[in-house]
Amino acid sequence: MSSLAVREAPPAAGTTGAIRNRPPLRRRIALVPTLTLVLGAVYTLLPVAWVVVASTKSGSELFSTFTFLPGTGFADNIRQLDAYRDGVYWTWMGNSALYAGLGALLSTCVSALSGYALAIYRFRGREALFNILLAGVLMPPIILAVPQYLLLAKADLTDSYLSVLLPQILSPYGVYLARIYASAAVPTDVVEAGRMDGAGEWRIFTRVALPMMVPGLVTVFLFQFVAVWNNFLLPYIMLSDDEKFPITLGLYTLLEQGSNQPALYTLVITGAFLAVLPLIALFLVIQRFWSLDLLSGAVKS
Amino acid sequence: MTSAARRRPYGVKGAPYGFLIPATILFALFFALPIGYAVYLSFRKVHVSGLGLGSGARKEVWAGVENYTDALTDSELTHGALRVLGYGCIVVPVMLGLALLFALMLDSERVRLAPFTRLAIFLPYAVPGVVAALMWGFLYLPDVSPFYYVLEKLHLPQPDLLDGGPLYLAMSNIAVWGGTGFNMIVIYTSLRSIPAEVYEAARLDGATPLQTALRIKIPMVAPSLVLTFFFSIIATLQVFNEPTTLKPLTNSLPLTWSPLMTVYQDAFRKGDIYQAAAEAVIIAVVTLVMSFGFLRAANRRQKQEATR
Repeated sequence: MSSLAVREAPPAAGTTGAIRNRPPLRRRIALVPTLTLVLGAVYTLLPVAWVVVASTKSGSELFSTFTFLPGTGFADNIRQLDAYRDGVYWTWMGNSALYAGLGALLSTCVSALSGYALAIYRFRGREALFNILLAGVLMPPIILAVPQYLLLAKADLTDSYLSVLLPQILSPYGVYLARIYASAAVPTDVVEAGRMDGAGEWRIFTRVALPMMVPGLVTVFLFQFVAVWNNFLLPYIMLSDDEKFPITLGLYTLLEQGSNQPALYTLVITGAFLAVLPLIALFLVIQRFWSLDLLSGAVKS
Repeated sequence: MTSAARRRPYGVKGAPYGFLIPATILFALFFALPIGYAVYLSFRKVHVSGLGLGSGARKEVWAGVENYTDALTDSELTHGALRVLGYGCIVVPVMLGLALLFALMLDSERVRLAPFTRLAIFLPYAVPGVVAALMWGFLYLPDVSPFYYVLEKLHLPQPDLLDGGPLYLAMSNIAVWGGTGFNMIVIYTSLRSIPAEVYEAARLDGATPLQTALRIKIPMVAPSLVLTFFFSIIATLQVFNEPTTLKPLTNSLPLTWSPLMTVYQDAFRKGDIYQAAAEAVIIAVVTLVMSFGFLRAANRRQKQEATR
């Protein structure tokens, strides 16, 4: 199991012998790979660093001082953001947490059920069903979102929390991952043994299979959480009441208004900075559970 | 499954269907039905009789393939497709090239700072496309950007990054920034699963690290390269968030920059849902044809390699 967390393979036997004759510098550190990676990290961290610095600047400092010079307005920016339309920013953050958290949870449940069924049972129409579900991955979001909007409008459900939540519960990719993981992690003997003991199918699933599938389901949850948190198109189409906006849509509308009043730019920047914090924190905390083996396993099969 | 299912054998037979009920209902409601409705709408249009006044004056009628011919001759959609093609030709090779490079570097021996740099390069995956476009958008603005500051100090020309040719580079950069880390992890994970004996053999043969990378590692991770290539192309075709977010920062970005933006404009700004549906169907068909064509070609290659 290799995850994002460090778990380097032990050096193969013979490594030390092979490099013993090389100059000492090369034994200690491989310069080219290290430098390449550091450059890559500088590139990815650059805009984040800029946002961190820029969020400390007051409106006038933003356009006048050197960009990487910290400003004096951080507390003030937070206060302004907090005051903006009675703290609607925090509502956006809460909405995003709700859409992503609840959406990913429901999505994981549906994926677990479907993935388990598709992996363990042999039944008529299994492959057909799986392929139809998978074809959903290839569907451009726009061909779904526009008619979804029109249909939900007929049910009077647009501009509601449900209109953003419901269409994102079924994730074809989640079902796919759950199936791959279930077939690798849940041995059929165990299921058979459960049946011998007289346990029902539902009981076998919840008591025996589900615990075995947990590491894979954590991955499904995280994928879906990030997907929903980052989604913009669906809420952009569905919602018009900004009290229901997720953070992506909220920041976008703030930026759009900022093109007429540049004073809002500091709010956008501070808002962007605060918006990336939760996901980065989430990543740092749970990266050890985030098994990407699943992905490469999926690649190999 | 209740106690009845426990005793009777057909409980086992029925169980998978039971487990699949939620997915099936959701699929029917939020995938099949909308797609069917979009296809239906794409063959309809509003017929306006007389001056279009009164309740009976506007009627929905069959349009045949009119919406499709309009969409395909509509310069907005085709120009958008060409723009996205150009954009994709920059994004996909650069992003996957960097992802492969970083993955190989992470996998090389005696590399330092690997855990930190790996996490740093993967980090943009957690940043929403809107926020990424917003951050880079500000970095492209001459008034606040450090790039322009440096260019000014060095008395170098200062190109407008949000116009013309540079706009493609600016837009591509956002996608490359956002996508490289994820693809790197996919490639890296598959590099780590290459058995150690393979490297041992290469070392005994006296292969240099470069030779090992080119002759062994890259061919062995070819399947994951194919997969990342495939997903990158699909994602590129559907670019929407980044150009939409950059739009407020520049006047030279048309509202129909990408095909998805054209669909949005037609559906919600012009209110022509029929035209928009036809365009969405065209985009879906192009995506599907490309996907299957590509997967087929990849499969055929793999079979050829296997028989060799």
